[in-house]
Amino acid sequence: MKRALVIDDEPLARMVVLEYLQAYNDQIEVMQECNDGFEGLKAIHQYQPDLIFLDVQMPKINGFEMLELVEQQPAVIFTTAFDEYAIKAFEAHAVDYLLKPFSKDRFNKAIEKYLAQSPTVAQQAKQTENLLEAVAQSPAQHERIVVKTGTKVKIIPVQDVQYLQADDDYVSVFTQEGSYLKNKTMNFFEQTLDPRYFVRVHRSYMVAIQQITRIDPYEKDSHLAILKSGAKIPVSKTGYVKLKQVLGI
Amino acid sequence: MALTPISSKLYGLFTACGLVWTALVAFIIHGFGFIWYIALTDGMVSTVLLGAACWLINNNLRYYQPGKGSYINLLIWCLALAGICTAGCRWIIPYLSISTAYMKFLSQSLSIRFFTDFLAIGWMAMISMLWYSQLDHKQTEKRKSEAEKLARDAELYNLRQQLQPHFLFNSLNSINALIGFKPDEARKMIHQLSDFLRGTLKKDDQLLVPLNDELQHLNLYLDIEKVRFGHRLETEISCDKNCGEGLLPSMLLQPIVENAIKFGLYDTTEKVVVSIRGEIEGSNLVIMVQNPYDPQTSRPKGTGFGLRGVQRRLYLLFARNDLMETHANDNIFTTIIKIPQV
Repeated sequence: MKRALVIDDEPLARMVVLEYLQAYNDQIEVMQECNDGFEGLKAIHQYQPDLIFLDVQMPKINGFEMLELVEQQPAVIFTTAFDEYAIKAFEAHAVDYLLKPFSKDRFNKAIEKYLAQSPTVAQQAKQTENLLEAVAQSPAQHERIVVKTGTKVKIIPVQDVQYLQADDDYVSVFTQEGSYLKNKTMNFFEQTLDPRYFVRVHRSYMVAIQQITRIDPYEKDSHLAILKSGAKIPVSKTGYVKLKQVLGI
Repeated sequence: MALTPISSKLYGLFTACGLVWTALVAFIIHGFGFIWYIALTDGMVSTVLLGAACWLINNNLRYYQPGKGSYINLLIWCLALAGICTAGCRWIIPYLSISTAYMKFLSQSLSIRFFTDFLAIGWMAMISMLWYSQLDHKQTEKRKSEAEKLARDAELYNLRQQLQPHFLFNSLNSINALIGFKPDEARKMIHQLSDFLRGTLKKDDQLLVPLNDELQHLNLYLDIEKVRFGHRLETEISCDKNCGEGLLPSMLLQPIVENAIKFGLYDTTEKVVVSIRGEIEGSNLVIMVQNPYDPQTSRPKGTGFGLRGVQRRLYLLFARNDLMETHANDNIFTTIIKIPQV
């Protein structure tokens, strides 16, 4: 028996999925319906489902942002009404998606495909990671960073970010209120954050240029960027070149 | 008027024609046995006069195209100009070269001079008329195609705005769900959706409509959203009899309410109240739309949440920039528009 969750902010939309799923009630059991990404996260943590039906457009955090915060990635069948960018990403990564309103036949096909494949956890994680990276290129995703602090979800508008620091497999996001861990790489942020405002000044640091008050020479070939908050960020030789380019000096 | 490359080319051509004409006249007169001095003087004087007449008629036709009935005026003009040219020759040339034999030849050749001048001027008139009418035609065509393109662009933009694919597909999805277990409600929602779409499609946004009509249309939209979001949405609409009759540009309120739904309903998880209040204040119809929003996930920018289109329309219609204001505080976003009542 596979365990499933239905995550969508519209009750009627969830109802369609539940109705279509009745034909599979000997193979798939719906553990819970979730109203939004927050409930979704909690339920995923609680039930460790094998499969989730996930709406993309949801309040506060969208489906992709929710997935970013999930540690054990379940298989995902996306449901969306209209989102050109997301559809492109789904197609590029062969992730199954249902365009609302979808027929029972189309739904059955998605389920059959899932049941036939039964990907391993590792495969699943890799696929989701690729998808999220593709989606992160979308301009709509540049506005904020979603992180988890304990059991709570924190949404950081990018204009509040002072700098980012690499921390093993994580990146620490520094804001006025403190720092938050995000399980992403520095390269991911370099690709997704607007290069006009964020510069990778060092292998392990990325800085919001509006936060820089001055740049002091440091040891041979390297500099220190002093931020408004007083933080001192090392700037490598190539980082200094990039920084000068963006600042136009 | 600045010389365009084309017109400077034409002036060159005109001068060249004049020189050829001078040479031709001089050659013919020399053929009658007069010395080159006399022949050239005659050629130059008659060509300058003819040239001036041609220039005059050409200029005239540039700014004034005779209608179908007034070709006779043009003929009279040509005759008069030819007469002036001939008379000019008759009176100017004797001052420059005195020879009795030549004077006799001059008075004898007056009729043929008049006739050639008339032909030349008439020809010039015809050419100018054709040229300028064609130019005019071209310009009209260009203007027309530009205006058509603008209208098409605007129409396309409107269509895209009206269709709101996200709203449409999600509504269809809700209907799909309702068909299974509440067929009556599904049917009702189909009617609401069609009425709403029909309303948006047939609206002419140049028109002023009473607020009541506009609110009725918006209610269809809000009712559909209420079905979709299962009574998480509540609306408060207040508008007394007086202000219901107040006029506003059609489709002006819709983007504001859509915005309120987008940030108030689509981006929140709790119960929300979207309120629309209308009032008459002096000679203005004042409409206030309020919605909650989450400052953590969406922050108003500039005018706030992309309401620039509404402000632009108000400016185009009333030439005033102070008719819309937005406030954001305590997690409530407020949009206020004023519509002057004529």
